[in-house]
Amino acid sequence: MNVTRGFTGRPRVRNDGLPPGQYDAGDDWPVLSAEVTPDLTPAEWTFTVDGLVAEPRTWTWDEAHALPPSAYEGDIHCVTSWSKFGVRFGGVSLDAFLDAVRPAPEATHVVAYSHTGYTTNLPLADLTGGRAWIAWEYGDGPLPAEHGGPARLLVPHLYFWKSAKWIAGLRLLDHDEPGFWEQNGYHHRGNPWEEQRYSGD
Amino acid sequence: MPATSAMDSAQSAGFTPPTRFAVPGRIAVSNRAAATWQRATLTEVRRETPHAATFRFAVPDWEGHLPGQHLMLRLRAGDGYVAQRHYSIASPPDDTGHIELTLDHVDGGEVSGWFHTVAEPGDEVEVRGPLSGFFAWPGDRPALLVGAGSGVVPLMSMVRHHRARGLSVPLRLLVSARSPEELIYASEYGAETTPVFTRTAPEGVPVGRVSAAHVAALQADRPEGGWEAYVCGSNGFAEHASRLLVDAGQPVDRIRIERFG
Repeated sequence: MNVTRGFTGRPRVRNDGLPPGQYDAGDDWPVLSAEVTPDLTPAEWTFTVDGLVAEPRTWTWDEAHALPPSAYEGDIHCVTSWSKFGVRFGGVSLDAFLDAVRPAPEATHVVAYSHTGYTTNLPLADLTGGRAWIAWEYGDGPLPAEHGGPARLLVPHLYFWKSAKWIAGLRLLDHDEPGFWEQNGYHHRGNPWEEQRYSGD
Repeated sequence: MPATSAMDSAQSAGFTPPTRFAVPGRIAVSNRAAATWQRATLTEVRRETPHAATFRFAVPDWEGHLPGQHLMLRLRAGDGYVAQRHYSIASPPDDTGHIELTLDHVDGGEVSGWFHTVAEPGDEVEVRGPLSGFFAWPGDRPALLVGAGSGVVPLMSMVRHHRARGLSVPLRLLVSARSPEELIYASEYGAETTPVFTRTAPEGVPVGRVSAAHVAALQADRPEGGWEAYVCGSNGFAEHASRLLVDAGQPVDRIRIERFG
């Protein structure tokens, strides 16, 4: 593309942590959910993993909190082009949940779904190996409701629409099945480093 | 909710979460259009308020859009730096070969700053879209539109579409602004619109936020089958307005929200 006449952009320092096309949102943390923020208390929250697994299971808030704690400290990237650096989420590694249900060998993909009905699809491989969490803390406090509290999925190496807010469950499948934004034209995987924003990218 | 498109049918065939909330998409999105950057030439700038202006572009290969959709726009600096942002489309679909965006001048905003202080007709930018079928309104169902500030932009595309096509499906707009001077598109509103002013209002008009009373009046007036609600504005406004709608009996699965982030 040609240079835009008279456009210089804001002063910037080189930041190797910034994926292409992203900017540093600083202290801002925009809220971009498409639906009404649900009234969902920890007592009402449950998390189910089923589909192609040996032992489908549902955890309550207390049962999930009895699993070994695990935190993520690092960056997050939204497809709307903001990135946020050095954030901390606390919760439990998704490996702990998946180990308990024992995924079937033919399971390749997952539909993550929210208590609101929101869905998003992911390759199972993106949720294992210490790269995904169920998170209920942000910084030193509980995760705010508008950011997905009481608990959300956290997959920080993909665009943040994959990190389903108000997470209700995962269904393991032997095929890829597009979720809410993916049916609305967004990329199936959403790797920020490859700028996989929309279908066809 | 009745299936209205191939998109809805495709959705019902797949995994449906076992919840009472469901937020289906409205239309199929053209993957090719969404993935292709196109050159857009600025043809006109119209001031709307002291802080907002409308930028009209010629985009010869634009495939069209539905009211409520947005696009991604990018600018490139001399050193290769690229800035890209999502903006709602203000114009109706029938404005062949042209699209309009209405942008607030954001403090320190590198893209909105360029538009408000540098851009002039003849300048070129790049756009891709339209994007996302979720907030789109094809003009098929009664629509209750609630917006604040520049959140009225995608809603105005719906109002203009409704007028341009002479649609008979009911449409109502509740729009909040700080003052009459800050009300975007003030001269274009008609009987479908209720303006609400939060800081200063004309003589005889109360000052205050969008309230339960405003929403109750619109719910009392709802057509058979109810409203499809579209809420657009800052996150604070979206939370406030969507809560009022739920409290007034609007089903959560028929509220679509676009939050400015």
